[in-house]
Amino acid sequence: MSKIAITIDGERLWVKVGISVAAALSMTSQPHCRLSVSGQPRAPFCSMGICQECRVSINGVRRLACQTLCQADMHITRSDNG
Amino acid sequence: MKRADVIVVGAGIIGSACAWQLARRGLRVALVDDGLPGATAAGMGHLVCMADNPAELALCAYSLRLWRELVAQMPEHCAWRSCGTLWLAEHEDELALAEQKQQRLAAAEAESRLVSAGELRRCEPLLRHGLAGGLHVPGDGIVYAPNVARWLIEQGGEAIVRYRGSAVALEPQAVRLADGTRLTADAVLLACGLAANALLAEPLLRAKKGQLAITDRYPPQVRHQLVELGYGASAHASNGTSVAFNLQARPTGQLLLGSSRQFDAPDDVLDMSLLATMLQRATQFVPSLAQMNIIRCWTGQRAASADGLPLLGPHPVHDGLWLALGHEGLGVTTALGSAALIADRLLRQRPAIDDTPYRPVRLLTVEEVSA
Ligand SMILES: Cc1cc2nc3c(=O)[nH]c(=O)nc-3n(C[C@H](O)[C@H](O)[C@H](O)COP(=O)(O)OP(=O)(O)OC[C@H]3O[C@@H](n4cnc5c(N)ncnc54)[C@H](O)[C@@H]3O)c2cc1C
Ligand code: FES
Repeated sequence: MSKIAITIDGERLWVKVGISVAAALSMTSQPHCRLSVSGQPRAPFCSMGICQECRVSINGVRRLACQTLCQADMHITRSDNG
Repeated sequence: MKRADVIVVGAGIIGSACAWQLARRGLRVALVDDGLPGATAAGMGHLVCMADNPAELALCAYSLRLWRELVAQMPEHCAWRSCGTLWLAEHEDELALAEQKQQRLAAAEAESRLVSAGELRRCEPLLRHGLAGGLHVPGDGIVYAPNVARWLIEQGGEAIVRYRGSAVALEPQAVRLADGTRLTADAVLLACGLAANALLAEPLLRAKKGQLAITDRYPPQVRHQLVELGYGASAHASNGTSVAFNLQARPTGQLLLGSSRQFDAPDDVLDMSLLATMLQRATQFVPSLAQMNIIRCWTGQRAASADGLPLLGPHPVHDGLWLALGHEGLGVTTALGSAALIADRLLRQRPAIDDTPYRPVRLLTVEEVSA
């Protein structure tokens, strides 16, 4: 099975082609994808693009982790207020 | 609790403000609410000095003075921000509207200042080039109304006793709840928004649906509440569906976008084509919105009276029945003023502003009701 490299908060990760960013996040030591206004960690909840809990920044643009497939050299950052 | 002095039906921003004001003046209040979301849960929370007619302006200006006295005591979760409003003129001909508004506000001792096109861009860099100018009203602000309502009730302490339930019938100096409880008091104040039509068995208020959208959190880039100058005209139109650009920067970094007006659409369904029109209008003022994500949209119903002014005061026919209804799109702004006028009348004190334009008697046909 071919693998591609992505980075999550600067950490390099090899993942299978075809998995979602949410799935990639769950393979890291910190499964959360963003911090709420009060600083609480939030993780994917509905996994179908409705709840908006899984917002992350992908190559600088805000995206839903559950609705985005990993691409080679994608830079993902867990989003807080930025 | 001993028998209450006043039963307030409805714990939205109006009922809560009234309960708080009455409690402050030494009355015992029974506050009944059914726990369903009302207009207060749906609105934008813009505290805005509207000036489209003299009575509306007088109540806004009075109420905003009362808000400014209160905001220092409010906890952070009430989300008060003294952001002011920037009214935007898209074209040259709207500058005349800005000037008229400035004069009207000045007459009510509300500060405002004309802003040139260049200054507009300097103070709000996200605005597109080529807007004609605007009017800055520094005394306006924003709050998060549902939390303010809860906080006001808490401030009432033991003088306010809450009842969770639905008021199903009004009797002289009494209210019957769905579970059979009968509350009695010297006075009953209806502050239950559109539901008053059913309780009074007359079509006093008309629903004006509005929809809003909110973006994801982004670094703060907008300082003022931005509203197009054509807003007043579209807000007061008595027929048809309209959209006017209105943008609020929430303390979270989200941008709250409004707003639409639709008559007689009593459901809570989003109208996607209207939403598209709203968002398109918004990008005409703030082009970079097109790159941002909307994470939630919702609708709410404004309760409009026939002349656009609230009904504040005693019911002309039923003894002991009082009304605080029909605040349409300005209920958060005018809540504290409305509550003060109600308390003044109830306690037979002289109100700080002339309350004649808001008295319910103007819209209730006395003969019909008593027949
Ligand atoms: C989309 C939108 C945007 C708005 N933006 C702004 C703004 O920026 N600034 C501003 O000043 N205003 C704004 N408004 C207007 C403002 O929200 C309303 O005027 C205000 O919230 C009305 O408050 P209320 O307490 O009268 O009604 P509601 O908030 O509707 O409260 C009535 C309460 O009574 C309860 N109730 C009803 N019937 C019964 C019953 N039989 N028994 C027990 N309880 C009952 C309801 O559940 C509800 O809790 C907006 C409104 C909308 C819809
Ligand atoms: S998990 Fe709900 S939108 Fe992604």
